[in-house]
Amino acid sequence: MENLSGGDIVIRALRDAGVEYVWGYPGGSALHIYDAIFRQDDVKHLLVRHEQAAVHAADGFARATGKVGTVLVTSGPGATNAITGIATAYMDSIPLVVISGQVPSSKIGEDAFQETDMVGVSRPIVKHSFLIKRPEDIAATIAKAYYIASTGRPGPVVVDIPKDMTDPAIKVPYSYPKQVSMRSYQPNERGHSGQIKRALKTLLAAKQPVIYAGGGVIIDNASELLTTLARKLNYPITNTLMGLGAYPGSDRQFIGMLGMHGTYEANQAMHHADVIFAVGARFDDRVTNATDKFCPNATIIHIDIDPTCISKTVGADIPIVGSCKTVLGDMLELLDALPAPDGEALNRWWATIDDWRARHGIYTADRFEPSGGTLIKPQDVIKMLHKVTGGDAFVTSDVGQHQMFAAQYYLFDKPRRWINSGGLGTMGFGLPAAMGAQLAFPDATVACVTGEGSIQMNIQELSTCTQHGLPVKIINLNNSALGMVRQWQDMQYSARYASSVYEDSLPDFVALTEAYGHVGMRVTEFDQLESKMRECFALKDRVVFMDIVVDRAEHVYPMQIAGNAMNEMWLSKTERT
Amino acid sequence: MRRIISILLENEPGALSRVVGLFSQRGYNIDTLNVAPTEDPTLSRLTLSTTGDEKMVEQIIKQLHKLIDTIKVVDLSDGPHVERELMLVKVRAVGAEQRSELKNSVEIFRGHIVDVTPSSYTIQLAGDGKKLDAFIEAIREVGTMEVVRSGISGIARGEKFLLV
Ligand SMILES: Cc1ncc(C[n+]2csc(CCOP(=O)(O)OP(=O)(O)O)c2C)c(N)n1
Ligand SMILES: [Mg+2]
Repeated sequence: MENLSGGDIVIRALRDAGVEYVWGYPGGSALHIYDAIFRQDDVKHLLVRHEQAAVHAADGFARATGKVGTVLVTSGPGATNAITGIATAYMDSIPLVVISGQVPSSKIGEDAFQETDMVGVSRPIVKHSFLIKRPEDIAATIAKAYYIASTGRPGPVVVDIPKDMTDPAIKVPYSYPKQVSMRSYQPNERGHSGQIKRALKTLLAAKQPVIYAGGGVIIDNASELLTTLARKLNYPITNTLMGLGAYPGSDRQFIGMLGMHGTYEANQAMHHADVIFAVGARFDDRVTNATDKFCPNATIIHIDIDPTCISKTVGADIPIVGSCKTVLGDMLELLDALPAPDGEALNRWWATIDDWRARHGIYTADRFEPSGGTLIKPQDVIKMLHKVTGGDAFVTSDVGQHQMFAAQYYLFDKPRRWINSGGLGTMGFGLPAAMGAQLAFPDATVACVTGEGSIQMNIQELSTCTQHGLPVKIINLNNSALGMVRQWQDMQYSARYASSVYEDSLPDFVALTEAYGHVGMRVTEFDQLESKMRECFALKDRVVFMDIVVDRAEHVYPMQIAGNAMNEMWLSKTERT
Repeated sequence: MRRIISILLENEPGALSRVVGLFSQRGYNIDTLNVAPTEDPTLSRLTLSTTGDEKMVEQIIKQLHKLIDTIKVVDLSDGPHVERELMLVKVRAVGAEQRSELKNSVEIFRGHIVDVTPSSYTIQLAGDGKKLDAFIEAIREVGTMEVVRSGISGIARGEKFLLV
């Protein structure tokens, strides 16, 4: 066995875990590890401009690829800067390994320079965490970290490494475990066969079924199985914000996103359903609205890998604990031998849904006033983005109205193309996440749909894009306001815009982008939108920042009315269900 | 609903804080908590008592299972079980009459006097929570100077046992 220093072991173990890229930022406690990175070529390090962005970039990489993202930061401020990124990944079940430097073991607890109890601070927002106590433990711990992050319900794992553990003068034998097994952690993938049969029986007997699929389907790479099953059944299917792309968005059976800003037809169908087939979704409060009024007539079948998600907010009648892929696979195997659903009832159900679509659906007609002249509607920008990119881009987003418009109007046909912070709702996520996706797919089109508020939370990463050659496209829906906040203030606070406007303090985004060495464009006229956007995406090797001035007064609709059932919605500023 | 939950946990740094943190983070109550390494020093055995409705207790158990360090989680209150709590009570004991009265009570409750000074007794008592409460009530006249309770330890009755 080879003897290596702890610093070299960290990097060797990353290599042996299959890691190609590490996003990070150096500092005192991590310098031995950084030196080890410098002395090898297998693991590449990408320097960011803020540790939060390192985590979001690794997260975007993980979402786009399904692989584990890797982050390296120093102790104290480096570690705490990473926290928002870790919490973001935790809420959306994204596999990450975050390695943080720590002050030397002998100084822990002394309030040493740049000491933060990282294991303690991160505890509620990690799947698990480790503090390294002996250099001999580094390789096995890193192996465990990747195993835990990527199996079961994925999530971020922190490995905190005191500086003395990576001391170049102390060498210990290196070996990377071939296999990880832990007596306390044995994730179970297979669903209970009896429950699966019960579920199928109920599903096939349904007269008004809805398939409600979430991010779990995407995480588990189960989109194909889900699509096959849905098509065989000819049942309507809705996706959560996290599940967009799990089923092709442009398909007839897709009834749109559900929930707070879901489509009229999706929320109506859920409310009137007799059977809800929930797959890898967690009945989030942004989906259910008031749980006591949620889907009053529905029998609920719920597949989830995480038992805590089952009956947490809404009780499941037929729970199945297992991975989406294995359970859907088992169902498909049994399906053909079972009697087909009641075709007539299903036809009636589809007729009802088509009627809802025709009445208030956002895909059967534009439900917003037309763009023209200097009036650019944000919805039209997203529709144009879809057109110009052929519906085939990786689209990341920040948080706000622009995010909801992107979710509603960019109809995602493939999984892993829509990358947003659904659970935590982290402004500042979009640009670094786009960098991660672009790194994973250098030739792909990657667009970050953002707002002038969100983009400024991590705009420094334009410099990272320069350094590492990441030609992402930034589509800034500039409404000169924290639009989503403003919308709530319009609706609930009589248009008192407390701190949601900037009073002429916004930067010149074109000049700012150019200062970073990129291309900036400003669009103020609707008839320039298409040509400018085509120009933007033709610049394959450049970062382009499109600053598009959109209608400031626009709201996102539909919008569920809080405290009510799913199907109680505002449909416009004046019209409600 | 009061529940007694027994957990077998990896004896790792931070493992206990994850259990305790889970309760505060998710708004669950811990009424008592009792933890020590087992005969296998890589494992800790933890007993905690909590109150909550059925749905909450179900979530608590599932959330505990989900922690990476937990090996087994059992709701002892689901079946027949033995629960015990240890209590140490320091009371003022002055004068022959008071001292003999106290000795009487200790005997009735099958406790022990484990430390004596001219003016005080320290009494040790084991039993379920109700018995300990009853003892405190019984000696209320005298008044206690200090009470220390260990929190509940529990074990299932019969052949059931909690092992890796
Ligand atoms: C880090 C963070 N702080 C605050 C919020 C609350 N918030 C949600 S949307 C929003 C406004 C976002 O403004 P902008 O990025 O311009 O998007 P718009 O809604 O205008 O499209 C705010 C402040 C948040 N989600 N994240
Ligand atoms: Mg804005």
